Amino acid sequence: MTEPTEETAAAAPEAPPEPVAEPAALEAPPAVEAAPAPAEPEPPAEPSRRPLVKRHHGLVRFAHWANALLLVGLIGSGLQIYMAFPHFGPRGGPYFPNPWDGKPFPARITLGGWLAGGLNWHFALAWPFVLTGLLYLAYLAFTGEWRSLLFRPRDVPRAWQMQLYYLRLRREHPPQGKHNALQKMAYTSIVLLGALSVLTGFAIYKPTELSWLTALFGGYQLARYWHFWAVWIFVAFTLVHVALVLVVDPASLRAMITGWYRGRFPSHD
Amino acid sequence: MTDDRFPNHLNRRDLFRLGLTAGAASLATACGWQGGPLVPALQGASRLNDWVGENLFLSGRHLAPQYPHSARTPEGLFPAYSISRPMLPRVADPAAWALEVGGLVRRPARLTLEMIQALPKVRYTVKHHCVEGWSAIATWTGAPLASVVRLVEPTAQARYLRFDSFDSGYSNGWDLESAMHPQTILAYAFNDHPLGPAHGAPLRVYSPVKLGYKLTKYLTKMTFTVERPGGYWEDQGYPWLGGV
Repeated sequence: MTEPTEETAAAAPEAPPEPVAEPAALEAPPAVEAAPAPAEPEPPAEPSRRPLVKRHHGLVRFAHWANALLLVGLIGSGLQIYMAFPHFGPRGGPYFPNPWDGKPFPARITLGGWLAGGLNWHFALAWPFVLTGLLYLAYLAFTGEWRSLLFRPRDVPRAWQMQLYYLRLRREHPPQGKHNALQKMAYTSIVLLGALSVLTGFAIYKPTELSWLTALFGGYQLARYWHFWAVWIFVAFTLVHVALVLVVDPASLRAMITGWYRGRFPSHD
Repeated sequence: MTDDRFPNHLNRRDLFRLGLTAGAASLATACGWQGGPLVPALQGASRLNDWVGENLFLSGRHLAPQYPHSARTPEGLFPAYSISRPMLPRVADPAAWALEVGGLVRRPARLTLEMIQALPKVRYTVKHHCVEGWSAIATWTGAPLASVVRLVEPTAQARYLRFDSFDSGYSNGWDLESAMHPQTILAYAFNDHPLGPAHGAPLRVYSPVKLGYKLTKYLTKMTFTVERPGGYWEDQGYPWLGGV
């Protein structure tokens, strides 16, 4: 799939002093740059006249919602487990910096009731979490969908432009395909975060049998520490993710439920 | 072959369904919920994890990493738990104490501490992993459990080991593979001095391949069985294998 031609076209009137458009200019032929706004027509402003496009395959939607539910259960049971020894580090300290050091979490956000209950929930939900993750990655790999999601070096300047737009330092919404560069960054890092959670999880589940993996994360206590921090990054991601969906592109919520999308960004690059 | 070892097994689809139900349920009713009607399914999943731990992770050849003496946890900071409280369990007459080894064996034995100390000696400095999440390093000395197993010659039916103690009925069930691991020992010394009453005197099971609650202290009896023995914490819902 070629780069959307509207990209350079739309960037032209912006004319930033030292345009970040440099890498983009390398990719796009000059001829296109000369043409003023030819390619894809702006989707009509009136929502009802926007095209209805198929946005997400059933498998992606399934993986998305299954992961959301599983994460709630995994985090709830994980916090229950945490409370059995709410520190990270050697016995007697010093413990690694942790705002929740020595503190319990309220029962309403934990799952399992006691340590054994938390463990059983956690270990039962962990496998479906791993399996859905693998299913999702296999789908992206086989269909080529990864192209619209993977954050690559060329997305760095685009992400910057997108950030400028969100900070109201740039007037027009930068052109984009299915996702903008900041979304690509987010959706790539969240997969990496999932992988980190699973790997640190195995490292603390079998620290003797998988001692090489545990060592990779700096040992048992540090692997626990990273596993715990992954939780808060997941929580922060979810808050920002949901807020942006509602504020920027509410139509994408329907797309993640039914698969169909009638919104501002109908391109499927 | 796996039937008795893995009685409540779930297939992949069950697990998948469990995941969905569990996730949905957790969203609806988190609040420290143990699982209500889902508890049997959770225990089934726990058995699946035991099977995975035993068959995919446990390797008799993989040895736990060892540490230098300088890495030892200060002795006062090495936690010690017992069920009997507040008084630590103690044998009334140490001279009369002996370990009964029986069950599905050809040569049942009654081993005194001296006899166990005369067996080959294993000494290592390893990391202890507690189910709660803490870890601590200490040096343990004892006889390889495998040497006792060879001494009593278990029959072909023997698949599990049950350890009994004089600590308020505390007991554990073990798979034979973990018991035969070269680092599984009957320990009589902790940090190079004789085991004290806090750490399970006169004799305890020790192994870096299991969580602390599987390492029976205050041993009295070792029984080879065909049925999977329960255990003090295991019967209350803790994972049975407890392998790390």
